[in-house]
Amino acid sequence: MLELKGVDVYYGKLYILKGINVSVKKGEIVTIIGANGAGKTTTLRTISGLVHPRGGSIYYNGKEITRESSNNIVKMGISHCPEGRQLFPYMTVRENLLLGAYLRNDTNAIKEDMEWVYSIFPILAERQKQIAGTLSGGEQEMLAIGRALMSRPKLLMLDEPSLGLAPIVVDKIFDVIKELNGKGVTILLVEQNANMALEIAHRGYVMETGKISLQGSARELFEDEAVKRAYLGG
Amino acid sequence: MSFLSIGYILQQVANGFILGSIYSLVAIGFSMIFSIIGLINFSHGDILMLGAFSALAFITALHGPIWVVFGMVGVVGFLIGIAIERVAFRPIRSAPQVTGFITSLAISSLIENFGILVLTAQPRSFNIPDYLNGLLNVGAVSFRVIDAIIVALSTTIVISLYMYTKYTRMGMAMRATAQNIDASRLMGINVNRVIMIAFAIGSSLAAIAGLMWGAKFGQISPLMGFLPGLKAFVAAVIGGIRDIRGAVLGGYVLGFSEVLFVGLLPPDMSGYRDAFVFTLLIVILLIKPEGMLGREEEVIK
Ligand SMILES: Nc1ncnc2c1ncn2[C@@H]1O[C@H](COP(=O)(O)OP(=O)(O)OP(=O)(O)O)[C@@H](O)[C@H]1O
Ligand SMILES: [Mg+2]
Repeated sequence: MLELKGVDVYYGKLYILKGINVSVKKGEIVTIIGANGAGKTTTLRTISGLVHPRGGSIYYNGKEITRESSNNIVKMGISHCPEGRQLFPYMTVRENLLLGAYLRNDTNAIKEDMEWVYSIFPILAERQKQIAGTLSGGEQEMLAIGRALMSRPKLLMLDEPSLGLAPIVVDKIFDVIKELNGKGVTILLVEQNANMALEIAHRGYVMETGKISLQGSARELFEDEAVKRAYLGG
Repeated sequence: MSFLSIGYILQQVANGFILGSIYSLVAIGFSMIFSIIGLINFSHGDILMLGAFSALAFITALHGPIWVVFGMVGVVGFLIGIAIERVAFRPIRSAPQVTGFITSLAISSLIENFGILVLTAQPRSFNIPDYLNGLLNVGAVSFRVIDAIIVALSTTIVISLYMYTKYTRMGMAMRATAQNIDASRLMGINVNRVIMIAFAIGSSLAAIAGLMWGAKFGQISPLMGFLPGLKAFVAAVIGGIRDIRGAVLGGYVLGFSEVLFVGLLPPDMSGYRDAFVFTLLIVILLIKPEGMLGREEEVIK
């Protein structure tokens, strides 16, 4: 479904992603784990078209999207729930969700999907009229995920959805990710919390200073000594 | 008329309303552009000037009804806004803020000097059809037909624009882009288009304000844009620069205080009106650095 081939990304003169190869098949949950500054966020931003690679290419369902603009990429069914949530802080919960459906015209289906998001995260329904910037961290993450779902993605990319959240909220969010995957949404998940990520993922990539250093099934990575030492806390 | 009579004061209030209506329109464009791409656009006042001259040309050439002239001037401003954004600001989109600032100064001086070259620096009288100069009396207050049109039109524009940003798809996209440009891209918003529209609408309002300015003061010149441009900046800042409502409030506060200053203080002090305007800016910013309707975290540094 998604294929990165030898992707090189620079920020100015800084060489950030060094020829990375990543692939995601339809129906999978794939995770990318790695230390701070490894380039995980940059990878997602590159797929979304927020940054463009200087070398290599990206394919989505067989079509090259390397130089596509971000609005075309959203149109193709890729949704990106960014690191740090990136909500519209002065808009209401409802307005944030509506913006998630910005490219859609099917008013009735948008309403249904909004109800669906509210059923996944009932707290958001209670807070419909609240200004997003005043939500708690956990509520903000739920809103960010809800907003990403409003475009009815075929591929959902999540960047550290567990960051800074209480364990119970993290559990809830991982349950939702699994449930979405069960409904046919393909997931690309970037996580610091390698334990939980490998638990729900089918396959994983380990990223180190802009390169993929290791890849395999979630089980293989789970049992890898180096991964255990570096990312699983022993 | 006795100084400080009720009638006199009401008359000054009416004048403040008229001036404030014009400042508001200029300030809205200024703050729209600032809030979306963080550009302090010093060429905004020069678009007002271009609007005033095209208005004069249309009035002289067409003898058509004034609303047609308003419409045409609005279209001219709209197109100028698109052109300037495309040619000057889009290429430097990812450059540091100060680059945009300097670019806008360069555009400003380019437009002004081009104006002087073609039109000479000599002010021209801005004659409007006689019926627009007819006097209307409401109680002790009297004003011209054109003044009433200025206030009514400005109010209509402000309300429609507010509704536009609040309830339409493009309006939502504009607010979103102003709040978080990367997140807006991730929603599928075509950010380039939003920025272009913001320039177009802002410039269109400035051009319309140019027509109003000419009609109110009766004289226009290639350098006329400087002061209203600067004052619109002041208005936007004291109102709180991120919001249409802030710009409008700032515009009226400025219009009222300027007129009251000139009208109520001894005539030999009226030469200080602009110094007064900038003193007002400093005082308001000392009390509330984010502007009257601004949010605390949006203090302009
Ligand atoms: N806009 C930018 N300009 C310059 N360098 C950047 C920019 N964004 C990221 N970088 C650099 O690129 C490298 C990779 O950053 P990235 O955010 O992709 O890492 P990450 O793996 O997501 O880290 P974390 O786990 O901390 O979120 C870092 O060294 C970072 O400093
Ligand atoms: Mg990151």
